[in-house]
Amino acid sequence: MLHFDRWKVVAILGTCLLGLLFALPNFFAKEQVTAWSGWLPKRQMPLGLDLRGGAHLLLGMDLVKLEKDWLLHLKEDARKPLREAKIGFSGVGVQGNEVQVRLVKPEETEQAYKELRKLIQPIGNAILGSSGSTLTVEKGNAPGLIVLKPTEQGLQARIASAITTSIETINRRINALGTAEATVVQQGRDRILIQYPGLTDTGPLKKLIGDTAKLAFHQVHPSVSAEEAKASRMPLGYRVYESGERDDARTPGGYVLSETPVVDGEDLVDAQPGFDQRTNEPIISFRFNQSGARKFGAFTKEHVGQPFAIVLDEKVISAPVIREAILGGTGQISGNFTVESANNLAIQLRSGALPAKLTIVEERTVGPSLGADSIESGKIAGLVGLSATAILTVLAYGTFGIYAVIGLLVHGLLIIALMSLIGTTLTLPGIAGFVLTIAMAVDANVLIYERIREELRAGRSPIAAIDAGFTRAFVTILDSQLTTLAAALIMFWLGSGPIRGFAVTLTLGIITSVFAAVTITRLLVSMWLKSAKGRSRSLDIPV
Amino acid sequence: MFLAPDFKGFDFFPHGTQLPFMRFKGLCFGLSLLFMALSLVIIGLKGFNFGVDFKGGSLVEVKARSGAADVAAMREKLSGLGLGDVQIQSFGTEEDALIRVEQQQGGEEEQQAALNKVVSALGEGYEQRRVEVVGPAVSSELRTTGLIAVLASILAIIVYVWFRFEWQFALGVVVALAHDVLVTAGVFSLFHLEFDLSTVAALLTILGYSVNDSVVVADRIRENLRKFKKMPINELLNLSINETLSRTILTGITTIAVLLALYFLGGAVIRNFVFAMLFGVIIGTYSSIFISAPILDYLGIKRDWVGEPAKTSPARSGA
Repeated sequence: MLHFDRWKVVAILGTCLLGLLFALPNFFAKEQVTAWSGWLPKRQMPLGLDLRGGAHLLLGMDLVKLEKDWLLHLKEDARKPLREAKIGFSGVGVQGNEVQVRLVKPEETEQAYKELRKLIQPIGNAILGSSGSTLTVEKGNAPGLIVLKPTEQGLQARIASAITTSIETINRRINALGTAEATVVQQGRDRILIQYPGLTDTGPLKKLIGDTAKLAFHQVHPSVSAEEAKASRMPLGYRVYESGERDDARTPGGYVLSETPVVDGEDLVDAQPGFDQRTNEPIISFRFNQSGARKFGAFTKEHVGQPFAIVLDEKVISAPVIREAILGGTGQISGNFTVESANNLAIQLRSGALPAKLTIVEERTVGPSLGADSIESGKIAGLVGLSATAILTVLAYGTFGIYAVIGLLVHGLLIIALMSLIGTTLTLPGIAGFVLTIAMAVDANVLIYERIREELRAGRSPIAAIDAGFTRAFVTILDSQLTTLAAALIMFWLGSGPIRGFAVTLTLGIITSVFAAVTITRLLVSMWLKSAKGRSRSLDIPV
Repeated sequence: MFLAPDFKGFDFFPHGTQLPFMRFKGLCFGLSLLFMALSLVIIGLKGFNFGVDFKGGSLVEVKARSGAADVAAMREKLSGLGLGDVQIQSFGTEEDALIRVEQQQGGEEEQQAALNKVVSALGEGYEQRRVEVVGPAVSSELRTTGLIAVLASILAIIVYVWFRFEWQFALGVVVALAHDVLVTAGVFSLFHLEFDLSTVAALLTILGYSVNDSVVVADRIRENLRKFKKMPINELLNLSINETLSRTILTGITTIAVLLALYFLGGAVIRNFVFAMLFGVIIGTYSSIFISAPILDYLGIKRDWVGEPAKTSPARSGA
């Protein structure tokens, strides 16, 4: 137990040196470190948002709305093939979580059924191939009734793709704010986590991601007003849209607009905030892609003199009258904009629409001053805790106590090195965990030294006592540390954010503390033994 | 000497103590049971002062830009907003204050609306140092995972101890752990201390520490069982506790020293967390001496260890 092969000594010292090397950047300021020469490691432990300041926003997707939107889409989709196949239908409507199609002639059911089944799409799965389909199409129990019902798998696939699209869109919107440092990741099945270091005022960010920003240009019904439409019969293919707060005209009843838009936001290639040349009001000028420009051009050419409506998130922003055909594919949106809101909307339009509304389900923001204070107090507490432990250990175990403290320092360096290497984020609870592992690291030494003392009292020779101390205490150390490890791993598995940081430092700390106590201290003790024997003194063990 | 002059440490603790721990086991069990029962009653009556993590709602830590934070003025401003229960207290230093707003009826968006109202009511005189808003969905998830984490940890520890020792040890450790968690939770309820995610982390650490202590004693018991084949169990348990006592105390002292440093110097944000840990270390030390070991006397342990070699420890090669 006390003999070390030369290669082992080299390996241990090498580990310590590497630890020092990788831990080193953390003791200097970032600017100093970047100026170091090439081969030195420069990675510092990344600081958590609670230490460096920043915002943590967890967004939840409105799944009910997502499903409803899908059903509305499905309703649209169901009409097209029937129309093309010239099958008459008296109604297509959403009932609960399904779409019901009623045919005029029940004898056409079979044909309609065949047409509608074409809407079914397989759900791809990279591993298992196709693993189901998006929806089921069944013949209903009444004659001439066909029911389209989204499947659970279809819904899941839709949620997954909506989350992916949302993350891309949010990334684009945030990048427009000017920082690339923010991270946007999926969390769980239907959540998105935004971590934005350095951001304290979350207001602008929340505004930017708060709207889906679905833009669409609709035709306004030339003669029927909203009141008439509500009171008597809604013209086929039209529905009433409310007037939004940006709408200057603020038509109280809303507008009767075509259900399907002429052009929508997907055809936009650019949107920029600007000012109206005549009124000097903030506006947004936009540009369509080719197909958008063509559709918009054709529509405006046909409807000169009639109004069309610009609809944002189901609400009308404005309904200007078409003065002349707009063939260039550019235009501008005016509404009750401020400079800020025009800028926001331009960013949102450029970044694309979110597939569903996102709500903030959790927010944690830490200002930079609190973060700096936390680092400062963490440092002080760590130093004081380390000193207290060192003093107690040296007082209790003398020279061997000093070896234990050297082990502690190595343990500290190794944790810092490992965390820098892996890139584990240091959080405030992480600092607490770090300080705690110092206390726990001493425990291993205490176990060993107490055992040595016991063996000495039992009358063993010094060398035998030291050997027995290390050998026997090792089993105990392993047992006791592994149980703590179990708790730490569960914390990591279940914990979120701050708890995770704590669990990581605790886990790393357990591993390095065993290395420090069992290897470093043992090496030092064995070196002491050799030198003491060389001095041919009676071995009076300083423990 | 190559690194330091040889000097002996002070042997702080008396050795060869024969403190009759086992004689007090009846009293200790009685007291522990009483404390556990009291904790349950207190928790039942007073409940927990759940933090934002578990209850939902918002928390804003503010610092006055000049002078002290005027808690009374803030209270007046914020109570008129119709946000239900709004608690304001000074926090750490006198410039700092902590504002808690209870969870709003409605849903996720209402919490954000409440936060906006608070922020605009406070005005420019205060800097926001920390904002936490937890909606109803997340808070209920956090409650569930918190509970699962504590239970799963206990389970993992039981399995490990059972695997490494006998079932009696595992049972002893479980009772001790349940005791530690329950009494710590009881103290949090009694003093109305905020119970949040970091408290759960503290509880889990306490579990780790307490079982660590229990395992050290159990290890010694196992060793002594082989060493002293004829000694009555009662006496053997007492001997094992006494033999490990100096280690138990010294480790306890270093841990407490470190925690005290964190408590007083580590800043207000983690003070609650450190308090839970401080209390837990003390109670964990107590339980490993007075519960998990003495209980073995009641459960009875066999001397014929299954599948263990007669040696006191496995031989290690290469070192």
